[in-house]
Amino acid sequence: MSRRTTAAYLFAALLAAGFSGIFRLQIRIDRQKASIRSEQDQLAFRSGRLVQALSLEYAPFAAALYWTRVVQYFGEKHRLHQTDLDLLWPLLDITTTLDAHLIPAYRFGSTFLSDSPPRGAGRPDLAVKLLERGIQANPDQWRLYQDLGNVYYFDAKDYGKASAAFTEGSKNPEALIWMKVMAAKIAAEGESPETSYFLWLQVYQSTRDPMVRKNAEEHLALMKVELDLKEVDRAADEFQKQTGRRPKRMGELVEAGLLRELPKDPEGYDYTFGDDGKAQLNLNSPLLEKQLMEPR
Amino acid sequence: MRNIWAVASNTFREAVRDRVLYNLVFFALLMMGAAILVGQISMGIEESVIVSLGLTAISAIGILIAIFIGVGLVSKEMEKRTLYALLAKPVERWQFVLGKYGGLVMTLALNTAAMAVGLYLALWMVKHPLEKSDGYVLVAVYLILLKLALIVALAMLFSCFTTPFLAILFTGAIYIAGVFAEDLRTMRAVDIAPSTMKLLRGVSYVLPNFENFNVMATVAHGRGVPATLVWQDTFYAALYAAIVLAAAAMVFSRRNLK
Amino acid sequence: MPFGSIAAGERPCRECVDDASRLSNNSSMSIAAIEIENLSKEYPHGFLHLKKKRSLENLTMEVQPGEVFGLLGPNGAGKSTTIKLLMRLIFPTSGTARILGKSIEDVSMHQQVGYLPEQPYFYDYLTVAELLDYFARFHGWKAADRQERVERMLKKVGLETARKIQLRKYSKGMLQRAALAQAILHDPQVVVLDEPMSGLDPLGRREVRDIILELKKEGRTVLFSTHILSDAEMLCDRVGVIVGGRLRGVGAPGEMVGIQAHGMEILFELDGAGKTFALLGKATKTGERYRVQLPEAELYCALDQLKAAGARILSVAQLKPTLEEFFMNLVDADRAQASAIEVSGQ
Repeated sequence: MSRRTTAAYLFAALLAAGFSGIFRLQIRIDRQKASIRSEQDQLAFRSGRLVQALSLEYAPFAAALYWTRVVQYFGEKHRLHQTDLDLLWPLLDITTTLDAHLIPAYRFGSTFLSDSPPRGAGRPDLAVKLLERGIQANPDQWRLYQDLGNVYYFDAKDYGKASAAFTEGSKNPEALIWMKVMAAKIAAEGESPETSYFLWLQVYQSTRDPMVRKNAEEHLALMKVELDLKEVDRAADEFQKQTGRRPKRMGELVEAGLLRELPKDPEGYDYTFGDDGKAQLNLNSPLLEKQLMEPR
Repeated sequence: MRNIWAVASNTFREAVRDRVLYNLVFFALLMMGAAILVGQISMGIEESVIVSLGLTAISAIGILIAIFIGVGLVSKEMEKRTLYALLAKPVERWQFVLGKYGGLVMTLALNTAAMAVGLYLALWMVKHPLEKSDGYVLVAVYLILLKLALIVALAMLFSCFTTPFLAILFTGAIYIAGVFAEDLRTMRAVDIAPSTMKLLRGVSYVLPNFENFNVMATVAHGRGVPATLVWQDTFYAALYAAIVLAAAAMVFSRRNLK
Repeated sequence: MPFGSIAAGERPCRECVDDASRLSNNSSMSIAAIEIENLSKEYPHGFLHLKKKRSLENLTMEVQPGEVFGLLGPNGAGKSTTIKLLMRLIFPTSGTARILGKSIEDVSMHQQVGYLPEQPYFYDYLTVAELLDYFARFHGWKAADRQERVERMLKKVGLETARKIQLRKYSKGMLQRAALAQAILHDPQVVVLDEPMSGLDPLGRREVRDIILELKKEGRTVLFSTHILSDAEMLCDRVGVIVGGRLRGVGAPGEMVGIQAHGMEILFELDGAGKTFALLGKATKTGERYRVQLPEAELYCALDQLKAAGARILSVAQLKPTLEEFFMNLVDADRAQASAIEVSGQ
């Protein structure tokens, strides 16, 4: 049987050598392929109709595949801190053409299509288009109206349409009461920090999508910072009235009884006073970077 | 060596005379025709669509052919006992495995070439003078052939020790797994433990990465494929197929025929 | 007659002449053509492959050069298993075997062995000429030699006219002939045939019998398996009886049944009517003939009776048990043993 055992040993050696060679080759191949890959190649067929025709009866399955691609695409872009999200709309377009009832696609898409860079694609118009398609196919999903209202309110800055969207959504018996309340408030005041904070809070509480949730969280943090800074400034103005000078440290406001305790931002860093005497974020706070990215 | 060639040429002859192959190739050519029609719908990018659809057809039909003849020509021989007389000749079992593989690859090459001709015909009909950039399509076809050669090796391996039905199933499963192997490596999901990630990465290297051979997107947009990639893919396919064939030879050498 | 020798005027190829002289040389050597030693084969059996089924148990036997040896046994006895083990189609659990001095694990052994499988089946889309040419390649002959041998073989088995027809269109008899052709294509010293007569009509079976006799005349060793006793009796120099995976006996067909006679049988006719005698009661009548069987000791007494009755004696013959009876007894005994084992729950 020694012939057999020799063969067995030879085979084991071949396996070991072979797979190590394969491993090394694979790394090189990956690198090669990455270098020739172009953004535009990712999508061979841009037309949703065409893809729908090609997937025959398997359209829902194809929709799921494309939805996976959307998530991967966005996640990869996010990880690499790249801001060009050109394929986001085509991918979402195809996904929702293949399956018009894929609600997560609409909710995810509306957030990241309309949100301004670097967080999103900065295309509220496309977000509206997406949501209108979603609403048409799923009229009973009042959350889509919520998203539509958010897009108009935050990014398109069209408060009339925003209010109209919230009103429309509130007609659904399952809708929460705040939809009607917000509709009225926006119609009356337009944009206000309290409204913004509230709307983001609703998004944060209602979504299960981790990326959307994280995004809402960031917005909320920044909103809170804005509100906090306003409050600190008010206290500082009071302090100035009382003492005739701007406070230099936060502690002085606490000692003067104008603030209960040292104010901290959502990341836990103390607020400080800038040279202009106005409250601002601590230089060490990670929120500072995010705040600087906000379009002003 | 002469034994291997004898088996290979006989396998080729047998496969070529089997009518099923012609039907499949005919179907592929039909798809070329469909590609032309589809190209009419998508204005301005007809060539791109024809190349994309054409390559997809060659790949898909090629895979079907590879799996079915890979399983059929070995399992069928064992089931129908044509093998009995052959193995009683002065020929080693491993020579038989290698020869069969050679014959199958030759058959695949012939079919792929036929379908490629169809593709070029379709392209020519849409765009009369063919440009140099259309030559890149040939590179894509070659890489598809490499992929098919690997698949047929896997089909042979499985048919050496299971029933034809299971062999087809296993080969199909490995193919699908192999297509997603690349994604497995680059996947980023929020809630996966690092140790699991490492395991998945390891698996992704062991699986045959069929996406290595997919340059359809590049070629469809008229861009060339770097020669380095072609060499790398050739070595990859050769190495992987060698392992699979060695395993098949080992399994087959010990197998008791019914 | 479909089987003939080389037509006059054809020159045999050089290798063929060498083969012929080699054959005549080797038959004078004293080593056995086929030696089998303690060959056993076990199969995993049952649901989880835990049980073992023994299809062959410690087979030891020899086949001498130049003889026609029949492996006899009922279906499933292990004859095909033995042959497949010899041809390396399956692997023994234990034991060894040699053909022409070479171990069965040596692939080159096959150069001198021809094999006809049971129920042969070949590639659908080849013609018989292509099939033979294909098999011929494994022997390393040049193209011209190959062609010459293939032609010779086609003539020998009578498939010349069918050479261009694809094998899938062949009848069973034609397939058998094609299978025979590939078995003896390379002028092997040893020819192994697995159930060569199965499924053939009487004409086909006679043809196969003639071929076997011709092979023997050419000095080759022939081993074939069959469950048809009359063929074995007619063709074999020796038979080996395998029942239930074990060898029960080896010897010339005549030897096997022993010289023990069961008795005598008398065939007679009676002229006239009315005469009754004791013997008549024991006789069976068919038409005008009477047949009676009796122990040897009573023979002369019976003859006296018949002489007295004026009967005309047609024949007096010794009753020998046939190979068939010997065979059947073995099978019954084996079955009885098997059921006894089952009953005892082993």
